[in-house]
Amino acid sequence: MTSFLHPATWVHLDWVLVVVVAWLLIGVLGVLALRRFRFVAIVLFPIGAVFSVLLLAVSLSAVFSGPEVAILPLGLPQLPFHLRLDSLSAFFLILISGVSAGVSIFAAGYFRQGEGTPPGLMCLEYHVFLASLVMVLLADDAYIFMVAWETMAMSSFFLVISNHRIPEIRNAGYLYILVAHVGALAILLCFGLLQANTGDYTFANMRSQSLSPFWASTAFVLAVFGFGAKAGLLPLHIWLPEAHPAAPSPVSALMSGVMLKIALYGILRVSFDLLQDQIWWWGVLLMGVGLLTALFGVVFSTVQVEMKRLLAYSSIENIGLICAGLGLSLLFMAYDMKALSALALTAAMYHMLAHAFFKSLLFCSTGAVMHATGERSLGKLGGLMRYMPWVAWPTLIGVLACAGLPPFGGFIAEWLLLQSFLFTTGLPSSFLDMLVPVMAALIALIAALSGYTMVKYFGVIFLGQPREENLAHAHDAGPWERLGMVWLVLGCVVLGLMPSQVIALIDPITKLLVGTGLAHTLADSSWLLVPVSIERASYAPAIFLLGVLASMGLAFFLVRKLYHGRLRRVPPWDCGYPWQTARMQDTAEGFGQPIRQIFAPFFRMKRELPSAFDVQPSYKVTVEDPLWYWLYLPVARLVERISRVVGLLQQGRIAVYLMYSFVTLIVVLLAVKR
Amino acid sequence: MSWLGALSQLLALVMALVLAPLLTGWVNQWRARLQNKSAPGLLQPYRMLHKLFNKESVMAEHASSLYRTAPYIIFSCMLLACAIIPTLSTDLPLSPAADAIALVGLFALARVFISLAAMDVGTAFGSLGARREMLVGFLAEPALLMVLFCASMITRSTSLTTIVETLAHREFAIYPSLLLAGVAFTMVSLAENARVPVDNPDTHLELTMIHEAMILEYSARHLALLEWAASLKLFAYSCAGLAIFFPWGVAEANSPLALLLALPVLLFKLAIGGFLLAVIETLSAKMRIFRVPEFLGTAFLLSVLGLLVNVLLGVG
Repeated sequence: MTSFLHPATWVHLDWVLVVVVAWLLIGVLGVLALRRFRFVAIVLFPIGAVFSVLLLAVSLSAVFSGPEVAILPLGLPQLPFHLRLDSLSAFFLILISGVSAGVSIFAAGYFRQGEGTPPGLMCLEYHVFLASLVMVLLADDAYIFMVAWETMAMSSFFLVISNHRIPEIRNAGYLYILVAHVGALAILLCFGLLQANTGDYTFANMRSQSLSPFWASTAFVLAVFGFGAKAGLLPLHIWLPEAHPAAPSPVSALMSGVMLKIALYGILRVSFDLLQDQIWWWGVLLMGVGLLTALFGVVFSTVQVEMKRLLAYSSIENIGLICAGLGLSLLFMAYDMKALSALALTAAMYHMLAHAFFKSLLFCSTGAVMHATGERSLGKLGGLMRYMPWVAWPTLIGVLACAGLPPFGGFIAEWLLLQSFLFTTGLPSSFLDMLVPVMAALIALIAALSGYTMVKYFGVIFLGQPREENLAHAHDAGPWERLGMVWLVLGCVVLGLMPSQVIALIDPITKLLVGTGLAHTLADSSWLLVPVSIERASYAPAIFLLGVLASMGLAFFLVRKLYHGRLRRVPPWDCGYPWQTARMQDTAEGFGQPIRQIFAPFFRMKRELPSAFDVQPSYKVTVEDPLWYWLYLPVARLVERISRVVGLLQQGRIAVYLMYSFVTLIVVLLAVKR
Repeated sequence: MSWLGALSQLLALVMALVLAPLLTGWVNQWRARLQNKSAPGLLQPYRMLHKLFNKESVMAEHASSLYRTAPYIIFSCMLLACAIIPTLSTDLPLSPAADAIALVGLFALARVFISLAAMDVGTAFGSLGARREMLVGFLAEPALLMVLFCASMITRSTSLTTIVETLAHREFAIYPSLLLAGVAFTMVSLAENARVPVDNPDTHLELTMIHEAMILEYSARHLALLEWAASLKLFAYSCAGLAIFFPWGVAEANSPLALLLALPVLLFKLAIGGFLLAVIETLSAKMRIFRVPEFLGTAFLLSVLGLLVNVLLGVG
């Protein structure tokens, strides 16, 4: 770090720290103006967004520059904070800043007066959350990493429970913080192993250690467990569908879009950077867990009836797919197949970026819908496209991107991932060779199912006829919300149409972690995405889109020219059935019913069928997560039993406690004497 | 891009637009004959399109702009699909823009839009059709992808032109994987093109319809575009199948003579293919809707099996 007095000499890291400090200051200002709602919303949040844009600019350039280090004399004596900004951190900074700029602007119009936590406090929590996300990325020793990690967990916990008067929300927050801490414990243990008894917890030291395969594997498994708890990998996904619906929409947008990726950053940092020699089964493990998570997530998201829960499960799916990509990359890395490893890693990174944008966009749209209608259940929405076009059209883009359709970012990520799966031959073990096509098939199935989910999501909320009376008065999003969503849409479009340019950003990372990149094949064809060679595979989203648009325009023009454009509006026909009502449309339950039937073993279902003699017959189906019953409740019961045994010690009388001390003293003395 | 390349691309597009309804008419005619009905004329689909384009469009009063745009989007998707599949020649300038995976993506895009459009008016039939279409789609799409991957693994490429070129050039050998993939492809094509045994294009019965339920509310030019798009889809599937499993006769270089030779070969192959489709439709009975996932699941598994056979035999 250079002299802080001369901004002209500042390096990227200094600018990033400026943004962090600015966010913290904005948070403090928010607390000072605790209940001045308009000031917080219309001044502080947009200023925060401006700093996000600054961070975006800084990190876009930092990706290409070498690592920068700094030591901050904060923290405990003898334990300063080591900071480091390399391409990997810079890439995730792009992700944070790009998404948070849009979400902060959206938040300026989102928060309403008089809901739960006062606006100023919310502003503090929100900006501390952002700052801690950045600090996790900058951390270069385990100490600051854990501090930032915990700050991130705590600030997001308070954001989740901002509506803390509702008991379900408090429960969701409790579950979240519990899982987060179990994960944090595993991460701490992982760092403990990585420093290999040297007592030096800097990442630089960890890089230089070479652990035995056993301890390296243990560290890897701990990292996958610990970071996986935050990312929502099976079976630690349980908090995600609870916490996301509980949090305010901009917060869910940040948590799903950004925080989950930061957890994946942790996996990347440990397995590719801190651990030196990768072992093949790590990749298989990560791939298996990832695909299982993805399949589980997508199947559950198709049957959800609440919109944020549906999106939360869809996030689980996407995280799973990204992990599968990381796992594949790790597998290739272990066999020193660098080009394929770089391809898989690029696919995973692309997916992270794409998911960050479209998922935060979708969460923002649920926020706008909830504000307009006060409803979060899919079954009570419908037909909103007519009343909220400013929400509906951006959501449509997000939905198409999320379904992995061309020409948007999600498709490119899946395209790259399938390419890397497809051209895997010559792995040393024939078992692995067989495994890879099966995994590719699973990915294709998952992608197709996510299309199902997204049609359900968009169709039930925005299309059809309003299922309730009051929906006809739904108001469209305000100017801030529109601006925020348009920013995120822009991100989706850029990611969809400019793959070569985006991959140029990812390239320094693959070079850093794997040792090779894709850029050399992309250099000569900026609009054509060619990962290996043009004979093998190529894709040009811009030309693709142009082709579709051109033929649309031509068809439109020719039909008008050769025939006519007459149109008459009448009541819907519906095969001549006269008594149709809005209740006859497919509900969310109905739309998911085929999947519920096909994938029945995945669910724990309870059906309550009416009998013929009921006065008011009702039919009820509940679909629950079986893992909750197979895994979590037994663990909870075990903990309760143990604590009951421990509870026997607590007698509440001082004499008994004195006796405990006495006995302990004697035992210790005996032990020392021997 | 040579002018001949551009010409062959343009030719492929025009040919798809012109021939697609003819193929539909051909299949309909044969089906009617095989079922002992008197057959409509071969040009009936064109008359139908002309009639529909002439009519005034009648639309539900609350239909959104998505509903009005969807037919154009779906039509364009199918047209683009026809443009990137090597039908006459493998020297297509548009082909590098989209490979086999993008082709599947293109079909998926069209499917999502037709389902959304079906849900837009908010009638009982529309959303029923949309749900069933997505049900068919979520299994048919990966199965199709795996079929294409079988060919990709043999040719080490996902580019459609390279696949066809390589397959046409190899010495004659029966790949067991392609055999499996071929069966899977036939099953997927039946499902994707709304044919018996998955769907029946002739019926408007609630219990059986999928595709028809979705386009029930459409009329006039919008319906015409959707019908034309359906023909284009059948044409695209037929051409893709012929190009992968019977690639002989597709021109490689763009000499006018080669193109001239390729056309009758293609017409011959399409005629046979259309006839076989009519035979399959006549011989099989419509399935219950919940048998469809089993049917398509079988196709999916067959195609994955094809991939595994490829790996086992060390092909590619």
